Amino acid sequence: MPAHPILEYLWIIPLLPLLGSAINGLWGAKWPNKYVNIAAIGSTGLSFLLALEAVREFFDSGQVLFRKQFFTWIAAGNFRAGFDLQMDQLTVVMVLVVTGVGWLIHIYATGYMAHEGGYYRFFSYLNLFMFFMLILVLAANYVLLFVGWEGVGLSSYLLIGFYFLKKSASDAGKKAFIVNRIGDFGFMLGMFLLFRTFHTLDFTTLFQAASSPAWGHENWGQFGTFTIACLLLFMGACGKSAQIPLYVWLPDAMEGPTPVSALIHAATMVTAGVYVVARSHVLFAHSETALVVVAIIGCATAFFAATIGLVQTDIKKVLAYSTVSQLGYMFLACGVGAFSAGIFHLMTHAFFKALLFLAAGSVIHAMGGEQDMNRMGGLSKKIRWTYGTMLIATLAITGIPPLAGFFSKDAILLGAYQVPGGHPLYALGLLTALLTSFYMFRLIFLTFHGKQRYDDRKVHVHESPWSMLGPLVVLAVLSVVGGWVAAPALLGGPDYFANFLSPVFGGKESAEVLGEAAAHTLELTLAFVAVGAALAGWGVAYWLYLARPKKADGLAKSMAPAYRILLNKYYVDELYDALIVKPLVWISTNVLWKVVDVEAIDGTVNGIAGGATAIGDGVRHTQSGNTRSYAVWVVVGALVVLGVIFFWPGANKTAVGMVR
Amino acid sequence: MVPTNYYVILSAILFGLGVFAFIFKRNIITIFMSIELMLNAVNLAFVAFSQALGKLDGQVFVLFVIVVAAAEAAVGLGIIILIARNRQTLNVERVDLLKL
Repeated sequence: MPAHPILEYLWIIPLLPLLGSAINGLWGAKWPNKYVNIAAIGSTGLSFLLALEAVREFFDSGQVLFRKQFFTWIAAGNFRAGFDLQMDQLTVVMVLVVTGVGWLIHIYATGYMAHEGGYYRFFSYLNLFMFFMLILVLAANYVLLFVGWEGVGLSSYLLIGFYFLKKSASDAGKKAFIVNRIGDFGFMLGMFLLFRTFHTLDFTTLFQAASSPAWGHENWGQFGTFTIACLLLFMGACGKSAQIPLYVWLPDAMEGPTPVSALIHAATMVTAGVYVVARSHVLFAHSETALVVVAIIGCATAFFAATIGLVQTDIKKVLAYSTVSQLGYMFLACGVGAFSAGIFHLMTHAFFKALLFLAAGSVIHAMGGEQDMNRMGGLSKKIRWTYGTMLIATLAITGIPPLAGFFSKDAILLGAYQVPGGHPLYALGLLTALLTSFYMFRLIFLTFHGKQRYDDRKVHVHESPWSMLGPLVVLAVLSVVGGWVAAPALLGGPDYFANFLSPVFGGKESAEVLGEAAAHTLELTLAFVAVGAALAGWGVAYWLYLARPKKADGLAKSMAPAYRILLNKYYVDELYDALIVKPLVWISTNVLWKVVDVEAIDGTVNGIAGGATAIGDGVRHTQSGNTRSYAVWVVVGALVVLGVIFFWPGANKTAVGMVR
Repeated sequence: MVPTNYYVILSAILFGLGVFAFIFKRNIITIFMSIELMLNAVNLAFVAFSQALGKLDGQVFVLFVIVVAAAEAAVGLGIIILIARNRQTLNVERVDLLKL
C-alpha cells in the first residue's frame, strides 16, 4: 500500500463519474429513478470524497506539485502526449469546486427532474460532463486538457439540447457547439504554435522553458510569437467562457434544464476559460499586450452583459447575462495580473451563481414552468426557503459584506485599480458592480415582492422538496462563508487565499509599492466605494420596482430607443446573422451545394458511371455472335504479337533467338 | 536434300490458306476442315524443325497434336450434327444466338 493511495491512483477521481455515466447510459433506461440516483449521485459523491482525500494527501506529502504519468497516449517523433494528471493548489480549488458543487447539483437534479422523461439520459450526460471537467482540471498537458475541453463542450451540447423535440432547444445546442468551435480553432492554433516553439505541450516543461532566460524579452515582444500564442489561447477561452465576441451562445444555452444551467453554464464549464488563462499565467505574464487584451475584453464583457441584463424579463436570461458579466470580472482580474483574485472570484461565483440558478429553478418549479418575471411577484411568503437562499445569493453577488462576493469582487477591483493605467478599468468595473446590484435586486423584487401578477386558479405555488432545498441551504452557507478565507486581508492581515495559491502564481501579485499602511487605507476605501455602489443599485431597484412600480414603465417609455436596443441585446445576434450566418448559408447553398456538390462531386461520380456505360455500349458491338469475326480478332491479335516480336526494338533479338 | 526453308514456307502457306478459309467460308464443315489444315501446317513445321535441329521434341509434339485433333474432330463433328439437326442449316452466319 503506497503512502498516498488516492494520489497515486488519481485517475480514479475522473473515472468514477464516467462509470456512473456508462452504467446509467447502458442500463438506466429500464431502471426506476431510485437506481439511477444511486449510480449518478453515488459516483459523483464518491468522487468528491476521494478528491477530499487526495487533497489531504497532497498537503500531507508537502509537495508543491504532484504529477504522475499514467500512460502514453500519443507518441510521434519527439512529441509525447500522455495521460498525465497533476495536482497543485490551483487544481485543488478547481477539483473541490467541480466535485463539490457538482455533487450538490446532482442531488438537486433528482428532485427537479423527477417528473421529466429521459431521466436516466439526463444523469448519464451530467456524469459524463463531470468526467470531462475533471480531466480538464487534472490534466498535466495541453493535449489532455483539450480532451476535457472538447468533452465538456460535447456534454454541454447534449444537455442544452436535452429537450431535443423543442426546436429552440436543439438550435441553442447547435449554436453553443458551433460558437465554441470558433474558439477551439484558436485554441488549437495556440497549441500548435507553442509546440513549434517549445517542442512540448507538457505544463511543467513548457513553463520551465518559457521562464528560462534563453527566451529573452525580445522574443516576447509586442507582437512576438508568444503574444500571438497567448491571444490564440485566449480566443479559445473566449469561446468557452462566453466573452465578447463569442458570448452569444450562453444566453441561448438557458434552453437546457435548470440544473444544467447551474452546473455547466454558471459554476464550472464556463469558468474553464479562466482556468486555462490562469494555468498559462507564465506565458501571459511575459506578454504585456496579451494581458491588456484579456483585461479590456473582460472588463468590456462585464459591463456590456450587465447592461443587457438590466431589461431582460426571463428569470434565467437575467442570470445568464449576469454569468457572462461575472466571467468578465474574472478575466479582468487575470488581465491585470491578479490571477489569485480571478480564481477566488471563480470559486465564490461557483457558489452563489449555482445557488441563484438552483433557486431560480425552484421558483420555476413552484410556478409550474413559468420563467417570465412579469408573471410572478409576491412569492416571498409562499416559498420561504427558496426566497431566503436566493436573497443570500443576491447579497453575495452584489458584494454586500461579509458575504463571499464582496471579498472576491473587492480583490478584483483592487487589482484593477493598482495596475498602471488601470483606473478606467476600475471605473467600468465599479459601474458594472452598480448595474449588477440593480438587475439582481430587480429580479428579487419582481419575483418575490410586489403585487401578485399570476392567476391563483391556474398556478398552484408550492415549495420544492427537500432534495432541492438541501443543496440550496448548503450553497447558501458557502455563499456566506466562502469569502472569509480572504477576510483578514481587508483588515491588514495575511490574504490566506492568495497565499494558498502563491506556489502556483508566485508571490503576492497586488503591488505593495504603496507601503503597508497606504495599501491598507486604499483597500478599505475601495471596499467602501464598492459597497456604496452595490447599495446604490439596490436603492434604485427598490425605488423603481417597489416604491413606484409605475415609474419603471415610464422610464422605459421615455428612453424608448435605448430600452429597445437593450431589450434586443444590442442586435448582436441579428448582426452575426447578417454578417456571418446568412453569407455562410448563401455560400453553402449556392456554391458548396449547387456547384461543388452537384456539379463537381456528383458530376465526377455520375460522369465515371456514364463513361463506363458509353464505353460498354461501344465495345458491346464487337461481341456479334458471329464466330468468324472472333476469328478475325484472333488473327489480328496473333499478327500484333508477331509484329511486336519481330519489329519491337530490343525485344527483337531475344525473341528471334528464342525461335532459333 | 530439301532445305528446311521450303518446308517452313510450305507450312506458312498452308496455315495462311487455313486462316483464309476459316474467315471467309460459311459452311461449318469447310471451316472445320480449315482448322485441320492449320493444325497439319503446324505439324509440318514441327517435323521440319525436328529434322533440322536433330531433336525429337517436335515429333513428340506432332503426336500430341494428332491425338488432340482426333478428339477435337469427334467432339466438333458431334456439335455440327446437333446444329444441323436443330437449325436445319450449316451456314455459320445463322448460328449467332450468343450475341448480345
